[in-house]
Amino acid sequence: MSVDLTTVRKIASLARIAVTDDQAKALVPELNNILDWIEQLGEVDTSNVQPMTAVITNTLRLRDDAVTDGDVRDRVLANAPLAEHGFFAVPKVIE
Amino acid sequence: MTDLTNLSVAGIRDGFRAGEFSAREVADAFNANVAAAKALNAFIVETPEHALAAADQADKDRATGDLKALSGVPIGMKDLFCTKGVKTTAASRMLEGFVPQYESTVSGKLWDAGAGMLGKLNLDEFAMGSSNETSYFGNVINPWQRNDGGNAPLAPGGSSGGSSAAVAARLCPAATGTDTGGSIRQPAAFAGISGIKPTYGRCSRWGVVAFASSLDQAGPMAQDVRDCALMLEVMAGFDAKDSTSLDLSVPTWEAALSGDLRGKRIGIPVEYRLDGIDEDISTMWDNGIAWLKDAGAEIVEISLPHTKYALPAYYIIAPAEASSNLARYDGVRYGLRDLPDGAGLQDMYAATRAAGFGAETRRRIMIGTYVLSAGFYDAYYTQAQKVRALIARDFDTAWGQCDLILAPTAPSAAFGLGEKTSDPLSMYLNDVFAVPASLAGLPAMSVPGGINKQGLPLGLQIIGKALDEQSVLDAGLAIEERAGFVARAGKWW
Repeated sequence: MSVDLTTVRKIASLARIAVTDDQAKALVPELNNILDWIEQLGEVDTSNVQPMTAVITNTLRLRDDAVTDGDVRDRVLANAPLAEHGFFAVPKVIE
Repeated sequence: MTDLTNLSVAGIRDGFRAGEFSAREVADAFNANVAAAKALNAFIVETPEHALAAADQADKDRATGDLKALSGVPIGMKDLFCTKGVKTTAASRMLEGFVPQYESTVSGKLWDAGAGMLGKLNLDEFAMGSSNETSYFGNVINPWQRNDGGNAPLAPGGSSGGSSAAVAARLCPAATGTDTGGSIRQPAAFAGISGIKPTYGRCSRWGVVAFASSLDQAGPMAQDVRDCALMLEVMAGFDAKDSTSLDLSVPTWEAALSGDLRGKRIGIPVEYRLDGIDEDISTMWDNGIAWLKDAGAEIVEISLPHTKYALPAYYIIAPAEASSNLARYDGVRYGLRDLPDGAGLQDMYAATRAAGFGAETRRRIMIGTYVLSAGFYDAYYTQAQKVRALIARDFDTAWGQCDLILAPTAPSAAFGLGEKTSDPLSMYLNDVFAVPASLAGLPAMSVPGGINKQGLPLGLQIIGKALDEQSVLDAGLAIEERAGFVARAGKWW
């Protein structure tokens, strides 16, 4: 499977990364070079193999459903590019 | 008086305890080395005041007999660990100026043990790279140079390139690293130092800027095996804040260290003997085999049949996880925001991420997005996770015949800056020996194994069974005791 310019633009859009025309064109051979190489995984017979989900056997723990943190609004907002009235601020969204 | 910056972590700890010098003297000496080594570009942020404050506290604690494991020892912190009140960038423009409001578990454990921070160490952007050339804050220069009379700047390895360069240049006695697909071991090899990636889950990932969560593991980088053992003891341990943290007690690795390998079987994987392997690497590997035999170990040939598929599987799994993890950089909650005139929310996301991420990070996010996208998920991602299961099974089978595996850390010595940047694939191939242990979550370490014809250090890698860091460290010590590696980078910076 190889990607073309349209696919590269689609991927960039899904990834929310703006690309210029030149960047998109350059990415086509770059991504194909890598994709061609990872294609070799198709040779491996993986019938009857379960995909790995955890490298070291571990069970997810449960804890009491209780508040253990919070009341730190100003620290949460401390690194915001723009915070107003105790909220993160973003450009106006009109759907 | 001896130069304090030549001492190991254990040497500083013990000398300080014995009253041979003060912690303040140690911190002053290292702060001076850091300040004088700008040419290496190993640090993104320097924090001499942090090192001095910890030193003064250590001096007070010594007077009152209240010593901690790392009292008097200043270290370097890879700039992937969030440090409260101290800028943390992950070497990305995206996080330039980010000041964490909390401390990562691993760095917190080090400070609680009395260590001081000399600064935040440079790395590949979001730890994605094998040469430290993807950092937004510039290349780190390897202190080592070829003996050909030229002074071509060499890569310190990556992604923990600032850590490897700083330890090799004695800017810090030890540093933290993180290893996703070799990012502790390969730079350690390139800089003639030691480094260990413990079993996945030993060190908490909480507060470490995430790259590929099923692979990321923190570990120490230092001058010798003992220092790695004692640093790891402080860094490891259960943390309820990391769901993959292992709820196990931390062994006393340093006290149990022994270079006596009688009764141990060392596996030599035939698949790692690549065609056209570098002659110096091959010789070093043979030397390593002889040293381990001399330490009492039995050598056995083993097979890890899926080795050749480890790298391609890694370059599906790691970018896939990265594309998810890095979705958080949206210009809203922290980090860079790029808001073109009149742009809406979606345009802001796209512009922010285009401006904030470097080329390699963008490339990996896009590969990850593609392999996870509808219609391709099974062919790429599910298949890679199945191959990963087979790679782990290869190791499980091998453990029937051996207790440890010995291999080179990297297929070459340090390469020149710019030599591999034009071809991402050739850069990826540098991690061919490091990635299989990462995919299987196994402990693995690199120790210096010798010098090549160009006068550059080479690393030997020891891979162990899950949770058996002790045997890995012991074999590392056995090699260290026999390799007689005393070469150092000549000071030019």
